[in-house]
This record gives sequence, structure tokens and C-alpha cells, in this order.
Amino acid sequence: MPVKVQLEKVGMAFTTNAGVFRAVAPLDIKIETGRFVSLVGPSGCGKSTLFNVIAGLLQPTEGRVLIDGEDATGIIGRVGYMLQKDLLLPWRTVLDNVILGMEVQGMPLKQARERALPLLRKYGLAGFEYLYPNSLSGGMRQRAALLRTLLFDTDVILLDEPFGALDAQTKLQMQEWLMQLWSDFQKTVVFITHDVEEAIYLSDEIHVMGTRPGRVLETIPITLPRPRLRTTALTPGFIAIKEHCMDLLKSPALEEAA
Amino acid sequence: MAKPVRRLPVQKDWPTWAIVAVQVSILLTVVAGWEIGVRAGFINGFFWSQPTAIWKTTKIFFTEGDAWTDISFTFRSTIFGFLIGTTAGSLFGLSFWWSRNYAAVAQPYIICFESIPKLALAPLIILVFGLGLTSKVAIATALTLVVSTLTTYAGVKALDPDGEKLFYSLGATRWQVFRKLVVPFCLPWVISVLRVNIGLALTGAIVGEFIASQHGLGRQILYAGQTYDIALVWVAVFVLSTLAIIMYAAVSWLESLLRKGTRQ
Ligand SMILES: Nc1ncnc2c1ncn2[C@@H]1O[C@H](COP(=O)(O)OP(=O)(O)O)[C@@H](O)[C@H]1O
Ligand SMILES: [Mg+2]
Repeated sequence: MPVKVQLEKVGMAFTTNAGVFRAVAPLDIKIETGRFVSLVGPSGCGKSTLFNVIAGLLQPTEGRVLIDGEDATGIIGRVGYMLQKDLLLPWRTVLDNVILGMEVQGMPLKQARERALPLLRKYGLAGFEYLYPNSLSGGMRQRAALLRTLLFDTDVILLDEPFGALDAQTKLQMQEWLMQLWSDFQKTVVFITHDVEEAIYLSDEIHVMGTRPGRVLETIPITLPRPRLRTTALTPGFIAIKEHCMDLLKSPALEEAA
Repeated sequence: MAKPVRRLPVQKDWPTWAIVAVQVSILLTVVAGWEIGVRAGFINGFFWSQPTAIWKTTKIFFTEGDAWTDISFTFRSTIFGFLIGTTAGSLFGLSFWWSRNYAAVAQPYIICFESIPKLALAPLIILVFGLGLTSKVAIATALTLVVSTLTTYAGVKALDPDGEKLFYSLGATRWQVFRKLVVPFCLPWVISVLRVNIGLALTGAIVGEFIASQHGLGRQILYAGQTYDIALVWVAVFVLSTLAIIMYAAVSWLESLLRKGTRQ
């Protein structure tokens, strides 16, 4: 498979009042076209920082970002990015929130709405099109935010802990829903989560990250067959990967405690 | 010790008509008490005037004087000052979003301008802009401008940087972020000062008229006071209050209309 997104020795150090803070050590990540790749790691290991770099919103201290082999460091609008908050605009209806990307790209409003409406209906937001975000539940808000990201029509989408704040039941539904979107839209997805089980269930590949400084501890391919069922989580293969990830994530804490 | 038995205190609401009836009777009692007090000699009619005299003066004021010229003069100074001050102030406040450096440079000047009692500058403004409408508008503008600027700037500062990130991740230009994010986001702040500003604009207009003017309700009040025509002072004050209430109601209506538009 061709490489879609490549991080080449990308590192980030923030200059703060307290001095220089090394958030991400120079690291290499390759993400192949059409795959579902997760970044898993403790809070503060630089996951969101990496997303900001890939999205061109943050200039890395060193290294470059290649998208389709071209240098895309510091270039905005090349990937769809769903930030950790849903950031729906309260003064716009769900429909008008979802078309934001197309609107910003200069598509006439009418045309953008016509494109978005059937998708809203197909992907579980039927009946919510003309409501304002403040009357939506957490799950619905995430759906709207995710559709906004998808409709921005880029090959790559970055999802920063999209289901982090949802209750367990809703989270499971949203995972199924995301799987359906992913197979319908054929995008390359990079997904941040701190839920190991979620990462294994959804991904083709997991980059387990460690902190201080942020770095990739190990890249684990997930070869479990698709479509995956919930019961997959009970298979020995799944459990073995989960245990391995847990060990990786746990080790620094244990070292500190010792 | 045994716990005392307590029940939830319950307050019974009166029907609306009862509330209105009580309100009207209080008003009538005050007016009647005033009139009787003056006639019986408890209240000095020379300083306080009395309701019947005020009523007579009211009729004269509206039939013989140039009541409407005065009302229109004060009304126009207030409205123009309100519109200019609020609009310019809001735009000024929004403009700080464009550059953090510019905002940082401007900040101390704005704070200085805020802390000056603008009314103390009123005599100067009259000298510069003359006796007519312009000087009153200028004073009303000076009072409203700063409030709008600072409040709108507070809105700009409350903007979530992640909101901007979202727009830029979609490849937006700064102008798009301004139009589609900053302006609608700050609108509630802009709206929140409308009612304060209409009051300030009226104050500015009246003070301008106190200092030097040929027209206006403020000038009427000053003139009547200087000639000990207390009944006329009251008439002008009542007319002014009515004007204030009307403008206040109009602005409140405008506010609710705008709020509906912004969903906040
Ligand atoms: N603009 C910034 N200035 C200084 N430090 C920052 C900045 N952004 C992030 N950091 C720091 O970098 C580290 C990584 O942050 P982040 O990427 O948000 O972590 P994660 O998303 O993995 O929880 C954190 O320790 C955070 O405090
Ligand atoms: Mg994060």
C-alpha cells in the first residue's frame, strides 16, 4: 500500500516561561492509504500536538510532514481534523454546522446543503437537521462533528478522542457507526484514544506512545479479521494484544513507583 | 432533642389584577397625599409644586411651548449618540481580534480613556462642537463608545482558540474566521451593552444640554429650575422619563430579536 501520511523525524519543543519543554521527541510514523490507525498513550504524551502538526496548525520544531509524498508541513486544509471538543457553532443549525468545511472552501450554500442532507439522514441525524446543537445529546453532537469532518472531503481524517466523553453504551454504538462510515467513505483515519480496547477493536495498526518526552514505544499491527464482532474482544488473539499494550502503557508508571 | 416539625414555606401568588390594583392605589395615594399636603401646608408648594399645578403646566407645555422641538432634540441626540457609539465601539472591540500586538498597544490607552470621567470633558466637547446637536451627540458617543469597545473586546478574549483551529484546519482565511466565527461569537457581548448604552446616551445628551444648549428637555429642566418654575421641572422630568422608557423598551425589544437570531 502507498504511504498516505508520513511523519519524518517530527519533534516538538514548546518554549514556555519555565523554559523549553520537550513535548515530542523526533519520531517517524508512516500511515498507509485507507487504513485505520490509532495513537494510544497516556495523557500528555503529545498526541494532540502531533495532530496539530499534521493539520498544519503547528509548526514542528524539527522534521517534516509528507502527505502523498509532498511536503505538507505548516499547510492547512489538507486533512480533516476533528478536535478533542466537538466545537459545533451554537448559532448554526446542525445542517449548517456540518457544511462548514464545504462553505469555507467556497461551495455555494445551497449546493453544500443539498449534498449534506442525505448524508445526515443516512448517518443517524435524521430529524435533527434543523435543530441547534444545544438541543442534541453528546452522541449526536459527536456524529455531527464527525460528519462535518468527513464532508470536508479530504483523504485523511484525524479524530482526537472523539468518544472520550461518551458513556459506555453510546460509545459502543458510535464505534459501530464509525466503522460503517469508514467502510463507506474509504478514508485514511488516524484515531486518538486512551481506551486500548477501543483502539484494538477499530484499528489496523496501533502506535503505542509513551511520555516524557512523547515518543512511539511500539507499533502493533492488528490482523484480526474484519468485520469484527463484539465477541472478538473475548478471543485469545485480542486479549494477547490488549495485555501487551497494557504492559507497554503501564511500565513507566511502575518504574516511577519503584 | 426532638426535631421541630417544619413545612416548606409556601407563598401564594396574587392574581395580576390584584397586583395592578395595589400599584395603582399606591400611585394615587402618593399623588393625593402630595396635593393635600401642599394645600394643608405640610409640604412647601414653592419648592415641591403640586400635582394640579403640574397638570396645568403640562397642558400649557404641550399646547403653547415648543415641547415637540425639545423632545425631538433630546431624542435625536440620544439615538445618534447611541448608534454611533455602539457601532463604532463594537467594531473597534472586534478589530482587536486581528492583531494581538495592536491590541496590546491599544490596551493602556483604552483603559485611560475608560477611567476619565467623560462628563468632565463635556464642556470641552461643547466648545469644540458648538451649541447645537453635534456636541450632544458627541458627548453621548463618548459615553457609549468605551463601554461597547471594552465589552466587545471581552467577547474577543473569550473566544476559544480551538474554534479558530477548527476553521483553519478547514483551510479558512482570516477574513472567513472573522465573519463566520468571531462576529457571531461576539454578538451576545455586543447585544448585552445595548440597554446600558441607551441609558448612557441619554445621560450624555442631557448633560450636554445642561451645559449649553438652545433646545432639549435638559435645557428645559435647567431653565425652569433657574426661574423657580418647579411645576415645569416636573413636567420636563416626566416627559424625559417617558422618553427614556420608550427607548429602553425599544432597545429591549431589539435585544430579544437579536438574541433569537444568535441562539444564545
Ligand atoms: N502550546 C503549548 N505550550 C506549551 N506546552 C504545550 C502546548 N501544547 C501542549 N503542550 C504540552 O505538551 C504536552 C503534550 O500535549 P498534548 O499533545 O495535548 O497531549 P495529549 O493530547 O497526548 O494528551 C503536554 O504536556 C502539554 O502540557
Ligand atoms: Mg489530547
